[in-house]
Amino acid sequence: MATIHLAINGHSYPVDADPETSLLTVLREHLDLTGSKYGCGEGQCGACTVLIDGKAQRSCITKLATVAQKQITTIEGLAAGEQLHPVQEAFLDAAALQCGYCTSGMIMSAVALLKRNANPGKKDIVDFMDGNICRCGTYPRIVSAIQKAANAMNHSAAGKGAGR
Amino acid sequence: MTGKTMSTTAHNRSHDQLQLEPERYELTAAPPYRFDLDRREFFKFLGAGVLVVSVLPTAARAQESGGARQRRGDSLPKEIDAWLHIAEDGRITAYTGKAEMGQNIRTSLSQAVAEELHVPMDKIEMVMGDTQLTPFDMGTFGSRTTPTMNLQLRKVAAAACDMLIDLAAAQWKVDRSRLVADNGTVTDPQTKRSLDYAALTKGTQLTASLPAEDPLIPAAKWKVAGQSVAKVDGRDFVTGKHRYPSDQKLPDMLYGKVLRPPSFGAALLSVDTQQAEKLGATVVRDGNFIAVAAASSKQAADAVAAVHAEWKSEPQPSSKELFEYLRKNAVQGNDPSGDGDRFDVGHIDEALTSADHRLNGTFTVSYIAHVPLEPRAALAKWDGDNLTVWTGTQRPFGVRGQLAEAFRIPEDRVRVLMPDTGSGYGGKHTGETAIEAARLARAAKRPVKVVWTREEEFSWAYFRPAGVIDVTSGVRADGTITAWEFHNYNSGSAGIRTYYEIPNQRIVFHETQSPLRQGSYRALAATANHFARESHMDELAHAVKMDSLEFRLKNLKDERLRAVFEAAAKQFGWGKSKASGQGFGMGGGYEKLGNIATFAEVNIDRKSGDVKIVRVVSAFECGAIVNPDNLRNQIEGSNVQGLGGALFETIEFENGKILNGKLSQYRVPRFSDVPVLETVLLDRKDIPSVGAGECPMIGLAPAIANAIFDAVGVRLRSLPMVPDGLKMS
Repeated sequence: MATIHLAINGHSYPVDADPETSLLTVLREHLDLTGSKYGCGEGQCGACTVLIDGKAQRSCITKLATVAQKQITTIEGLAAGEQLHPVQEAFLDAAALQCGYCTSGMIMSAVALLKRNANPGKKDIVDFMDGNICRCGTYPRIVSAIQKAANAMNHSAAGKGAGR
Repeated sequence: MTGKTMSTTAHNRSHDQLQLEPERYELTAAPPYRFDLDRREFFKFLGAGVLVVSVLPTAARAQESGGARQRRGDSLPKEIDAWLHIAEDGRITAYTGKAEMGQNIRTSLSQAVAEELHVPMDKIEMVMGDTQLTPFDMGTFGSRTTPTMNLQLRKVAAAACDMLIDLAAAQWKVDRSRLVADNGTVTDPQTKRSLDYAALTKGTQLTASLPAEDPLIPAAKWKVAGQSVAKVDGRDFVTGKHRYPSDQKLPDMLYGKVLRPPSFGAALLSVDTQQAEKLGATVVRDGNFIAVAAASSKQAADAVAAVHAEWKSEPQPSSKELFEYLRKNAVQGNDPSGDGDRFDVGHIDEALTSADHRLNGTFTVSYIAHVPLEPRAALAKWDGDNLTVWTGTQRPFGVRGQLAEAFRIPEDRVRVLMPDTGSGYGGKHTGETAIEAARLARAAKRPVKVVWTREEEFSWAYFRPAGVIDVTSGVRADGTITAWEFHNYNSGSAGIRTYYEIPNQRIVFHETQSPLRQGSYRALAATANHFARESHMDELAHAVKMDSLEFRLKNLKDERLRAVFEAAAKQFGWGKSKASGQGFGMGGGYEKLGNIATFAEVNIDRKSGDVKIVRVVSAFECGAIVNPDNLRNQIEGSNVQGLGGALFETIEFENGKILNGKLSQYRVPRFSDVPVLETVLLDRKDIPSVGAGECPMIGLAPAIANAIFDAVGVRLRSLPMVPDGLKMS
């Protein structure tokens, strides 16, 4: 079994696993990065969502062999040290979780959305996030958290711009 | 007609519920168990400081500590349900057997302790759901945490605070009444002396059982309780740091996988495990239980796929014939299980005959699945004859009992820990995954983790009971309901009694055979019974040509229930005019001591049959509110989850197989299904706080059914109502 090197959260990890293994299994079992969750194994629930080259992907249906050359970001790599990402902050502010099992995937999807669209309307959010399931039913709070995060990020970007 | 004397639950407004609902089938399937705490051991473990233990009042012990099989709670061990320890270094730890799976009780219970002990929230640690460290608890279900555990912890904290004040008074030789406890410190305002709790507890070893009636801070004066405090460990959840049961890991751990039969009840004819063993897996064959453990989950899956087994399956009923089956297979005979499930008052037959209008209707509800996003998971480890299991369960002590029985070892050799879990909704009351992991761990002589796949969760857990409900009623032309006959087959008796004032009633719950394994589901049968009752109420209102709200209020005396109907109607704008395709409806009731009224607005596309839920307004009252924002979160969540069972969720099955047991085949509510949700909270500071995880769900389905009728004149009497859109023909 050849060693495959994965670039995750800015670190390089050597992985000895069958190239057919799912990225989710590699993250959870081989690297002990358990923030990405198993929910369905068929890309239907979004609990396993990670960023691959900045795009939201379902790691449960992504094979190890296909991500060797890619930049992978998981929930564990989102905060800058103690400084939470604005989307993480917004989820806390909006109390957009109950059991929290979907939260990692929701946050990663939301981060990907905001990379694509810095000012999403409610419909944009619903359309983009519709592949992520929250069984506790916190959807309206997640929509509001994403809007809060967008505002915070735009505000902060504007602030930086003014300072230049 | 067979039936029995219905006892107190359904119509009982008191806090002392002594009966478990019959639809909690999974609980009565397990044998009874009982555990006596050895307090001395625990005190030794805790060390010095101040310890207060709470002994449950007699009347409240039934659910919390009664034997599982005894629904009446006639086995009432003198039990402790919580304790609180203040260590010499000032650390405050509260211990409860309740479990956290998203209700946010870790936060709300911390608020209770902070309030009465006068300490900041961040000084408190809650130890929950660990059978070695926490007092016995029957389980986290039935919306019981807030009315019982919250109250008990408040009492324990208040007693601990009294002890600290006593310690200070003794040290300073002053009268205790002049001392004030605040912010983790006892102060004498006259001398300005003060000591923090750590200093006061240093070197002491004080223990106290809870005084019977310790005066508590009234809700109107709460400072920490009653506030929208954020989830205490929220940061761990948004960073992925929190370790759920399925995230647990131990050195040398193996991954387990169980070979599932092709259908329910299939008999094993032959099995060949040689190939699996050649792949290096540990293989266990113990009766019908065939499972493997291997170094990775992939190797385990490969090994289980390499097992060759032959099974014999029997023909079984299908979902197509479900409702006939339930009716035909009602349990006959007099009082077969010893449960009281019949209520009679007045003269129902005469009243039906003499009514101005008589109406009847049959309602059905499908089996649905809980679909907790985290499937069942367990990690088991043996040390000699001692077993430790980390698992996601609402009943850690119940699972401990099942493990002890499965391995024929005493319960004190089994420790079950419940890390905060990825939800349950009533679906995680049983310990099959824990037993599977423990059986494999014993064979492998290494720790083994078993995590069910989504497909396993859909097929091998249990379902919300399906049911058939017949309603027959009589009403006078002036809108007074005079007769009410209500039969529920299989779905359950929660919420079966009517809260409308009706002089003649016959209400019966009929047990039946069930084609599928079934058990508790959030709100139990209150969802089905309210769907039938509140839909039928609308039909009656139409029969006497009265406004739905006016008709309800005419027949309703209960002030708390009237208040939520009126509050929701006001917020909703009941009585406003509607456009074509638009419809308005309501449903409500009380359950688990809470009161809900739900109003829905729907929009129906007559051509496509597409039903859009546009807006839902809920008014809810559960006594004094402990955490308003978390309460809103629970109400919103109940409505969102309730949409699935109301509109499209249904389990299809045939010959012992689930036909739609994957998330790509079984539809649950998503972002795009969610209407505008508005919540009105009625804060009754004069009434003790009760739970909110279940009741808010029960008004939704009838509100939608009534709104659909209002929009297009089609009466839907089956849950789910529109799995394939609305048929207008």
